[in-house]
Amino acid sequence: MFKLEKRPQPSKMWTLLTPPLAVLATMIFGGLLFGLLGNPPVEAIRTIFWDPLFGEFAFYYRPQLLVKGGPLILIAIGLSLGFRAGIWNIGAEGQYIMGAIFGAGAGLAFYPMEAFYIFPIMVIAGAIGGMLWAGIPAFLKVKFGTNEILVSLMLVYVAEQLLASMSLGLLKNPDGFGFPGSRNLQQYASAHNAELITGTGMHWGVVAAFIAVIFSYILLNRHMLGFSIRLTGEAPRAAKFSGVSPARLILFCLGTSGALAGLAGMFEVAGPAGQISIDFNTGYGFTAIIVAFLGRLHPVGILLAGLLMALTYIGGEIAQSNLGLPAAAIQLFQGMLLFFLLAVDLLTNFRIRLASSRRKGVA
Amino acid sequence: MDLSSINPILLLASLMVAATPILLAAIGELVVERAGVLNLGVEGMMITGAICGFAIAVETGSPVLGFIAAAVGGAVLSLLFALLTQFALANQVASGLALTLFGLGLSALLGQGYVGVKPPSTPQLDIPLLSDIPVLGPILFNHDPMVYVALGILAATWAVLKYSRMGLVLRAVGENHEAAHALGYKVVRIRVLAIMFGGACAGLGGAYVSLIRVPQWTEGMTAGAGWIALALVVFASWKPWRVLMGAYLFGGVTVLQLNLQAAGIAIPVEYLSMSPYIITIVVLVIMSTHRSGAPASLGKNFHASG
Amino acid sequence: MKITKILTTAALALGMATAVIAGSHSEKTKVGFVYVGPVGDGGWTFEHNNGRLAVEAEFGDKVETVFVESVPEGADAERVMTQMALNGADLIFTTSFGYMDPTINVAAKFPNVRFEHATGYKTADNVSVYSARFYEGRAVQGTIAGRMTESNIIGYIGSFPIPEVIRGINSAYIHAKKVNPDVTFKIVWAYTWFDPAKEADAAKVLIEQGADVILQHTDSTAPLAAAAAAGNVIGFGQASDMAEFADGPRVSSIIDNWAPYYIERTRAVMDGTWTSVNTWDGIAQGMVGIGEITDRVPADVKAEATALKDSIASGDYHPFTGPLKKQDGSDWLAAGETADDGTLAGMNFYVEGIEGDIPG
Repeated sequence: MFKLEKRPQPSKMWTLLTPPLAVLATMIFGGLLFGLLGNPPVEAIRTIFWDPLFGEFAFYYRPQLLVKGGPLILIAIGLSLGFRAGIWNIGAEGQYIMGAIFGAGAGLAFYPMEAFYIFPIMVIAGAIGGMLWAGIPAFLKVKFGTNEILVSLMLVYVAEQLLASMSLGLLKNPDGFGFPGSRNLQQYASAHNAELITGTGMHWGVVAAFIAVIFSYILLNRHMLGFSIRLTGEAPRAAKFSGVSPARLILFCLGTSGALAGLAGMFEVAGPAGQISIDFNTGYGFTAIIVAFLGRLHPVGILLAGLLMALTYIGGEIAQSNLGLPAAAIQLFQGMLLFFLLAVDLLTNFRIRLASSRRKGVA
Repeated sequence: MDLSSINPILLLASLMVAATPILLAAIGELVVERAGVLNLGVEGMMITGAICGFAIAVETGSPVLGFIAAAVGGAVLSLLFALLTQFALANQVASGLALTLFGLGLSALLGQGYVGVKPPSTPQLDIPLLSDIPVLGPILFNHDPMVYVALGILAATWAVLKYSRMGLVLRAVGENHEAAHALGYKVVRIRVLAIMFGGACAGLGGAYVSLIRVPQWTEGMTAGAGWIALALVVFASWKPWRVLMGAYLFGGVTVLQLNLQAAGIAIPVEYLSMSPYIITIVVLVIMSTHRSGAPASLGKNFHASG
Repeated sequence: MKITKILTTAALALGMATAVIAGSHSEKTKVGFVYVGPVGDGGWTFEHNNGRLAVEAEFGDKVETVFVESVPEGADAERVMTQMALNGADLIFTTSFGYMDPTINVAAKFPNVRFEHATGYKTADNVSVYSARFYEGRAVQGTIAGRMTESNIIGYIGSFPIPEVIRGINSAYIHAKKVNPDVTFKIVWAYTWFDPAKEADAAKVLIEQGADVILQHTDSTAPLAAAAAAGNVIGFGQASDMAEFADGPRVSSIIDNWAPYYIERTRAVMDGTWTSVNTWDGIAQGMVGIGEITDRVPADVKAEATALKDSIASGDYHPFTGPLKKQDGSDWLAAGETADDGTLAGMNFYVEGIEGDIPG
């Protein structure tokens, strides 16, 4: 029989070793899956993992990793703060939408004026939009003890309806012949979140994601507030005794995660997406929850997890188009990758020992 | 506007049907969470149940076998989650979300041959005498059998949790797994069984959508019902009868807002379609003046050390 | 700005050069399809995919088709299109309104690749737009509905209040009213593209409020199933024929048929005759199909509906022919005048007689 023995400290070696191990396992089992579906296994795996990074058109896909991964990382960093403290914001999707609506709304209010200060105003508006939306569950939790899981989730659906309403009403492009959707911000220079260096995929949202990674690292490791967050998550009673104010923590964690999600939405609508439309949101807020946990709630881990998720999305699209794999198979494959990545965590935190009665006797 | 065109009797009857899928999935999740496990994969298990049930019902011509297959399908999928969280001790939140992704993909692959197929119909259960009672008859006694099965599962769950030893053990495991373990209960085994029950119920809920409510197979057809079920468990503060209340409230507002639209009420449609979510929040706020208690071990993994 | 622009051009030129080389290896014409939903949605995307399969069947070895499903609008769509173009696609169909700006963006970078965007209005030298005059089918539907209803209440389930849907409501209403002056429409907006359970609820609600004909602008069979359960209610197939309900409530259908167009445009690329066009085809060209009218419809009504269909197909009759007024009572079309395509494309008003406001 095998026996698990908890390590006193998570193993440094296995922390580094397990993710590649999980990816390898996914390649083997994913290959089997694709083989069963009648596709060439090796080619499929190569298309998903290799082609976007080193294939013929990598010059195009590599920047796209940042475009796809940026919002995931930005949102996940915010969520991780709350998750560490046991505060469950699962409504980042709604905050992302509200950030986009506020940001785009602020920008379009100036249309067609061109001025340097329009974009900064949009950034602030986006952050405020997300923060306000996350502020609702925060306020209700602090004031009435209402569960934030339910409130933040329900507000996602409310935000989606608002988005539809904005696309069809207030923000509808007046020159759009009655079709839904706002003006395209890509065609409004002062409001456009353009690539900073063309061909790199770097736009302000990606920059913000990197800054968020650094700040959250410093916050968690060097700052009193970060200590309070960690303490509240690991030992809530101890945190209370040491004078951490739960209300302040709730407001801070939900507010920050909302603001970051709002920023992600704002940068997306002003840049890669370009416009407010009924289907503007594509699930970044939910995927970011996976990214946060995949990254073990650690800033650097989240950065890598976000890029890995982005890779599977982009590689998956290429596999669909070039090999005719159904989108469903890609989804299944992503699920499998996540399973393995989560399962191998066992090796980091536990030792696997061969347990036998004889050894027990010796000990 | 013509509010008289809304028939309250039919509205109440529709509400019971509209609430059934989320009710089924929510009861299952409630048991899982009472055992201290948070499985966010409800949507994935529902959609897997939807296709398993649909496929078997079409192949065999029997809706009953379909529902059984749906329960089995949901339970088998949930075993994956159990394996990850109970044996590999993986993070529950992320595992649940991954399960949803996996289930959506799996169901789409399984369902490739079933687009545009009509499933065998499930007969209405016209209870003689009872269904002829004025007012109450059409509301309560004129539905398909699954409506009553769902209510039966709910009542049984309530009774088991409250009165039986099994329920007591389950709750003990959810509240404090260390203590339950010290008392000699098999924490992991109990949790695995709870997770499978949750999967089976979610599967039934999914099959209710694909076999009775719509009835049709299309990819992603549960369209987020699993998330609503998750929210309902929180809404109910982990109490079975409040799940029923939540499901009827949510289903009721959904049906009512469509009724108001059809009657031409002068409230903008976008606000009407937001109303189920907002009203759920408002009711929760009103009810949460006294603190609702989540199972103390919810979401925490258990490892028997020593 | 300038340097970055030069860099982009250089990078993309490099990419395109490779793409052209990669493409020239094969004799096959490569056609890409970008889908907004899964091919298993049984409706919108399902029918576009049938069009793709028809292209394969028509040209066999001479063509290679590729597709990506469930592509979100925005940056993801742009990436998928670019990816197809880089990999040597000669012609790319982008099958959702929300792909409009991404299509224009990508097309600007790949002047040698042809793009076809569905249901939009922006064209370029290498971008065509195409759409179907579904409102022609709605006219036939409205006629049958107006004749068949006994309660004089017709239920209509819409997704979102966009011009496409509003046009359908107006067309159905005008023709129902023409054959039955007492008819009224009850309209319910689902405010979602896809939620079969909600469609089922909406249909039930309409039936409970007295509707005995259900028209739907949503793609699932849920409303038909609700009609079947209610017994004496009829409905129509939407997007696909939904013939599985033909022995029950489904009396006819509006079918999206993209196959003829896709084949024609692929052939144009092969022949080198492709030019940018703005196509809005209807019953005449076969883009809008009317599913078989079942025997539940009395023979005289069937004959009337068929005659209407034929006169639309021959061009003798336009479904929006004056005299018509807008809902607010203002004049829209004088007697004998027909609506211009511009007004129809962006239609955002109800015609006179429809109750309620358009949301948004």
